[in-house]
Amino acid sequence: MSGVHAAPFVQPASFEFTPESMEQVNRHIAKYPKGRQQSAVMPLLDIAQRQNGGWLPEAAIRAIGELLGMPYIRVYEVASFYTMYNLVPVGRHFVQVCTTTPCWLRGSDQVMEACRQSLGVRNGHTSADGQFTLIEVECLGACVNAPMMQIGDDFYEDLDADSTRRILDDLKAGRTPAPGPQIDRQFSAPEGGPTTLKETA
Amino acid sequence: MLADQDRIFTNLYGLQSPFLDGAKARGDWDGTAALIANGQDWLITQIKESGLRGRGGAGFPTGLKMSFMPKESDGRPSYLVVNADEGEPGTCKDREIMRHDPHKLVEGCLIAGYAMRAVAAYIYIRGEFYREAENLQRAIDEAYESGLIGENACGTGYRFDVYVHRGMGAYICGEETALIESLEGKKGQPRLKPPFPANMGVWGCPTTVSNVESIAVIPTILRRGATWFSGIGRPNNTGTKLFCISGHVNKPCTVEEAMSIPLRELIEKHCGGVRGGWDNLLAIIPGGSSVPLLPKHICDDVLMDFDALKAVQSGLGTAAVIVMDKSTDVVKAIARLSKFYMHESCGQCTPCREGTGWMWRVMDRLVRGEADVPEIDLLQEVTKQVEGHTICALGDAAAWPIQGLIRHFRPELEARIAAYKNAQVQAA
Repeated sequence: MSGVHAAPFVQPASFEFTPESMEQVNRHIAKYPKGRQQSAVMPLLDIAQRQNGGWLPEAAIRAIGELLGMPYIRVYEVASFYTMYNLVPVGRHFVQVCTTTPCWLRGSDQVMEACRQSLGVRNGHTSADGQFTLIEVECLGACVNAPMMQIGDDFYEDLDADSTRRILDDLKAGRTPAPGPQIDRQFSAPEGGPTTLKETA
Repeated sequence: MLADQDRIFTNLYGLQSPFLDGAKARGDWDGTAALIANGQDWLITQIKESGLRGRGGAGFPTGLKMSFMPKESDGRPSYLVVNADEGEPGTCKDREIMRHDPHKLVEGCLIAGYAMRAVAAYIYIRGEFYREAENLQRAIDEAYESGLIGENACGTGYRFDVYVHRGMGAYICGEETALIESLEGKKGQPRLKPPFPANMGVWGCPTTVSNVESIAVIPTILRRGATWFSGIGRPNNTGTKLFCISGHVNKPCTVEEAMSIPLRELIEKHCGGVRGGWDNLLAIIPGGSSVPLLPKHICDDVLMDFDALKAVQSGLGTAAVIVMDKSTDVVKAIARLSKFYMHESCGQCTPCREGTGWMWRVMDRLVRGEADVPEIDLLQEVTKQVEGHTICALGDAAAWPIQGLIRHFRPELEARIAAYKNAQVQAA
């Protein structure tokens, strides 16, 4: 359960997997030994969340419990334990800024401030138009490309205040900014070119 | 410096295709069936002789760990579980393997899986690594389509499956028994040991949990020979290693180097040096957020391996090097880690659940100097109350960075307290 706050909202009365989602659901259940279908609860919650615009309604938690033969509370405790499940509605663009020490050392405060100003929201809140949710998160595992943020499924790395604003402006204008390092750099290689593996480059 | 021909991860920077064509050109899946034909005992002996120690943080000998698995089944299947829940602040090496060289991991799963008589491998990858999981899944699909894994893996007659299981944002699932709980579809809360996973792991079956890098280096070790690997580095600290260097260096990067490389050489050769020069260095966390920091005078000549870093009361951990120059508020840097551990404590054991919050609140006051000098000793005492008194090592991991700070920067803490008191007196 992430630390996102939401305005009062209505829980939908029911939830049903679409046929496309059902295909994925069955593929995941098949990964685990017979009788161990509970192992699929995490991928199923993720499929439901994606189908439902980025958050998990109670009805989906209930439906997954029925599908896997698990009591509601067992599914709910999984949904509330892991931070990537949102139990309240979030914006279309879910902006997660890493502020743990390796990112902080390289200026995550400025990235966070640029996000706050550009989006006009505080940490953990969603913009009035429902387009953006901003949240500070713990280490996302891209420390040599710090500071960084995740938007949706993509990492935006080697940020500063300017590049952060540019990425958010692109999204506001309906464009798709290119993920990865925002400076001239080949993934995790040193800026200016690798010091190793030069012959294969 | 390690020669390029001795590097295992030759597509570390993604300059070539991560997929089957590129992987085969780099030598992956070459003669895999012949390696397997040598049998389980030979495989495990080779891995033992290479001196490979687990790359996930604890440094337990990989071959020895594999040998704990049952040689005869009592009816239960055995499993290999790969820990790809990379989340230790500073660490981002397994990410490079999975997105740029995923076939090394898939082939490693087959060989290590066969050596421990496992029927399948489950790769537990952190949920935020969505694109990495896509690349990994594509590599697995290619391996199935080409008959490299599956019904008759590499034509050996051995059936072996590989599956990806995505985590959903919980650092604690990097702890092996929490990971197993999570794989079973539960909250990721660590289990008491014994029983150890080799006797009773996932779904009550014999299980070995190994780090991505530990598994991915195995095929190359076997192809080039255990003595090749054990000839790199120092005795008991052998082989090549992925280092991630972040923080205040001119060019942060991930790089594969020889184990036991001097820390200063690592930073100056690959990262363009410390920002402002070596003399501008304040301190380095050498092995990911859990290990105690080292002040500059130790960094001057310390070697990057398990034994050398243990000897200076720190650790190699995941070999994630976090560099802090003299502009750093070192108290704030460690306080931020305390906040991390408070956030990530699973809440199962009281000393950790309560202690991480308690330690963070004191650290937060120490950042401002809003404390009394005896509280430094009290904080040290509390870290000792947490350390070693919990089911898993998260409590230890929360305690060690603070112990390192007090050990090396106590005068800084005292100066801050004095400055705060002075400011109070002057304001009054």
